[in-house]
Amino acid sequence: MFDAIHSFDVILVGAGIVGAACARELADSGLKVAVCHDSDTVGAGATAAGMGHIAVMDDSDAQFALTNYSQSLWWELAGTLPPEAEFAGCGSLWVAADDEEMAEVHRKSEYYSARGVAVDVLDSGGVAKAEPNLRRGLAGGLRLPADAVSYAPAVARKLLTGIQLLRGRVVSATSDGIEFASGESYFAGAVVLATGADLPRLAPELPVRPRKGHLLITDRYPGYLNHQIIELGYLKSAHSEDADSVAFNVQPRVTGQLLIGSSRQLGVDHADIDHAILRRMLARAVEYMPGLASLNGIRAWTGFRASTPDNLPLIGLRPGHRSLYVASGHEGLGISTSLGTAKLLADAMLGRPSAIPREPYDPSRSFNHHA
Amino acid sequence: MIVVVGAGPAGIAAALAVQECGKAVTVVDENPSAGGQIWRGDPTHRWVARFRAFNIPLISGVRVVWGYPAARTLVLEDAVGARRLAYDKLVVAVGSPEIFLPFPGWTLPGVFGAGGLQALVKSGLPVRGKNVVVAGTGPLLLAVAASLRKKGANIRLIAEQTPAALLWPFAKQLSGRASKLLQGIGLAWDLAGIPYAPASWVTAAQGDGRLQRIVLNRRGTLVTEDCDYLAVGFGLRPATELAAIMAGPDTIVAGTGDADLSLLEGRIAGYTAAGDLEKARGLEPERDQARTFAASIDRTFAVRDELRQLADSGTIICRCEDVPLGRLEGKTCFRDAKLHTRCGMGACQGRVCGPALEFLFGWHGASPRPPIFPARVGSLLSEG
Ligand SMILES: Cc1cc2nc3c(=O)[nH]c(=O)nc-3n(C[C@H](O)[C@H](O)[C@H](O)COP(=O)(O)OP(=O)(O)OC[C@H]3O[C@@H](n4cnc5c(N)ncnc54)[C@H](O)[C@@H]3O)c2cc1C
Ligand SMILES: Cc1cc2nc3c(=O)[nH]c(=O)nc-3n(C[C@H](O)[C@H](O)[C@H](O)COP(=O)(O)OP(=O)(O)OC[C@H]3O[C@@H](n4cnc5c(N)ncnc54)[C@H](O)[C@@H]3O)c2cc1C
Repeated sequence: MFDAIHSFDVILVGAGIVGAACARELADSGLKVAVCHDSDTVGAGATAAGMGHIAVMDDSDAQFALTNYSQSLWWELAGTLPPEAEFAGCGSLWVAADDEEMAEVHRKSEYYSARGVAVDVLDSGGVAKAEPNLRRGLAGGLRLPADAVSYAPAVARKLLTGIQLLRGRVVSATSDGIEFASGESYFAGAVVLATGADLPRLAPELPVRPRKGHLLITDRYPGYLNHQIIELGYLKSAHSEDADSVAFNVQPRVTGQLLIGSSRQLGVDHADIDHAILRRMLARAVEYMPGLASLNGIRAWTGFRASTPDNLPLIGLRPGHRSLYVASGHEGLGISTSLGTAKLLADAMLGRPSAIPREPYDPSRSFNHHA
Repeated sequence: MIVVVGAGPAGIAAALAVQECGKAVTVVDENPSAGGQIWRGDPTHRWVARFRAFNIPLISGVRVVWGYPAARTLVLEDAVGARRLAYDKLVVAVGSPEIFLPFPGWTLPGVFGAGGLQALVKSGLPVRGKNVVVAGTGPLLLAVAASLRKKGANIRLIAEQTPAALLWPFAKQLSGRASKLLQGIGLAWDLAGIPYAPASWVTAAQGDGRLQRIVLNRRGTLVTEDCDYLAVGFGLRPATELAAIMAGPDTIVAGTGDADLSLLEGRIAGYTAAGDLEKARGLEPERDQARTFAASIDRTFAVRDELRQLADSGTIICRCEDVPLGRLEGKTCFRDAKLHTRCGMGACQGRVCGPALEFLFGWHGASPRPPIFPARVGSLLSEG
């Protein structure tokens, strides 16, 4: 498959967590790999903006399969990560505000249990005990003890150890190689586009749209939280296609800091803080966790998720091309699913069988029924 | 309504200019009283007295922590609550914090910024009988030494890194100029008997848990000097965060230098905010002269290259996140360092380490993001 006259077997465009994971997997499979990026450092795109929650999710069977597979790979990697990667198996706690959301807790519990994922159903008192800073009177919650958090830029850097980096903006990528804005070009046996929300610039036909998010980080309050906590209403808001939405989502960092999210906005392309939505987001957080109001926030920022119509990533050959691959469209789960993505992509490129079916993420799938 | 943030020389001058034009003005300052860094403890100072005589509303003891330029609104926070303040025009006159440059031991208790120690002493820290070394660069060292001495400190030495060959021509150029800040050079009276050592700098601060002695490079020879406090000053740098976050057509920035320049810039900003552009323009030549003069000070007291070599691999660069110099090796820019070492990610958001990194590596700071200062989550929700 790969011709010796090429400078590299594979060139990846993108040094975020997805590009880094794919590069590592391909290099470990014995290929000569290079990674290009146009940021001032690796892991600087959405990877630096994201929360780093490594979650198993069940919006769809395919989402479950990829997040679950990926999470097992994260736990394998965990032992090799440096302290800067701030990996912590804090688990997730989904909180249910009312009986309707409690019904969702039971549904999820059954779904996960049936697939071998450990979960605990907590009642109102159980939630209060697990997270004393949550407001009283919540209906209950679901704990996923194997969920984790990490600091993705440091993981990307670690995954890229020993891999050749090429700095510059790629203006064209074909089956044979890439060309930088400077005019410089490199040949390769295959090219992978792992450019996150920037994918449309290089592959305009693929249905990836940026979805903006806001986050706020606090000063250090060690012990304030035990789990990453997410409201179950998140499912409703993350699904709503076009309307702006916010959801309570808070994460304990290894540093003792709290990371407060989250918001979703489609059709916005500037990175400025949107005060109205940030306020809604923080108000939502304070509704669930009133004590947050008295903690100091030190920095707010925004980032862009690469969203797709069916909320599943694009992993595999770019439709209509040979040797030109895509690994993008990971929306709010690219950190979680990066390692699984890398396996599936390498399997596809090398003709290996995969641990889970690859078809649901095939970029040539039909998106029509979601339009 | 015109809102002025900062009640230092620049803010006071701006507010008085606005009032002179007959427009309504309110001043906000996080300190309990007007005066800024230089006149805070001096309510009788001419400008502070004028400010008070004109009854200009001062919202004191509250900090501007956030703002929305498109909505022309500031978010103010104090110890207990928060509120919003709307404006038509905003003057940002928040002054210039001190620059810290790292050397081994600079984080020991007992080592202070020169201006910071002065401020602490003004607000009650006793220094009577204490041995103090004042070091670094610039005329501010003299002002600080004089004021500490007045409070009974035993000033062992003023170590000025600039070589004498540059200082004397500069001092000569000063005679005849009525610069307040640089009356410092003429502080000879207050400073009589204190050794003044040009071409000298602190290479390390040492002590067991707190400062006990310093190592000085005195014109090429290393000597130790016992002391209780070390006041180090490497100049000031305008605070740019609020100005950057509030940037827009209704925001005017003032106060980038010493008190004289800040007064001028403040007046210009005040007239501009009030719409009297003619008066504002009339002051520009004088301001430009003051800026030229300030630039010549900066050139004379430029920090020498040797000071880049002082920090060793264990010297802390980022105090908030405990990042030593050794961890920054191989990093290519501020963002690279930030994302991969946490340098500049802590509560001060690079305010302290930013100038040090610029000096050591030529890196420029990361983009400012709100809040401007750590702010309670609840403050960002306030409606009223
Ligand atoms: C607010 C927010 C919260 C999130 N929270 C989570 C979470 O808790 N858990 C989770 O799993 N995921 C989360 N995500 C999603 C996650 O951050 C992303 O899915 C993931 O980081 C995507 O990684 P990536 O490598 O695909 O893209 P990026 O990290 O965006 O990397 C793109 C790379 O491509 C390069 N590039 C792009 N275009 C070019 C070009 N033309 N030439 C050269 N280089 C180029 C860039 O330089 C960069 O290196 C969140 C995202 C946001 C915005
Ligand atoms: C620590 C220190 C000591 C100094 N000592 C001397 C000295 O002894 N002699 C001398 O000649 N010069 C001294 N200087 C220099 C002198 O401060 C300046 O020349 C002069 O004060 C500049 O005036 P300004 O109005 O621009 O700023 P400042 O006087 O600094 O005034 C800015 C004001 O804005 C307020 N402020 C800032 N941010 C906010 C916010 N977000 N919300 C609300 N309020 C805010 C501050 O509290 C301050 O009162 C010193 C400087 C420093 C930093």
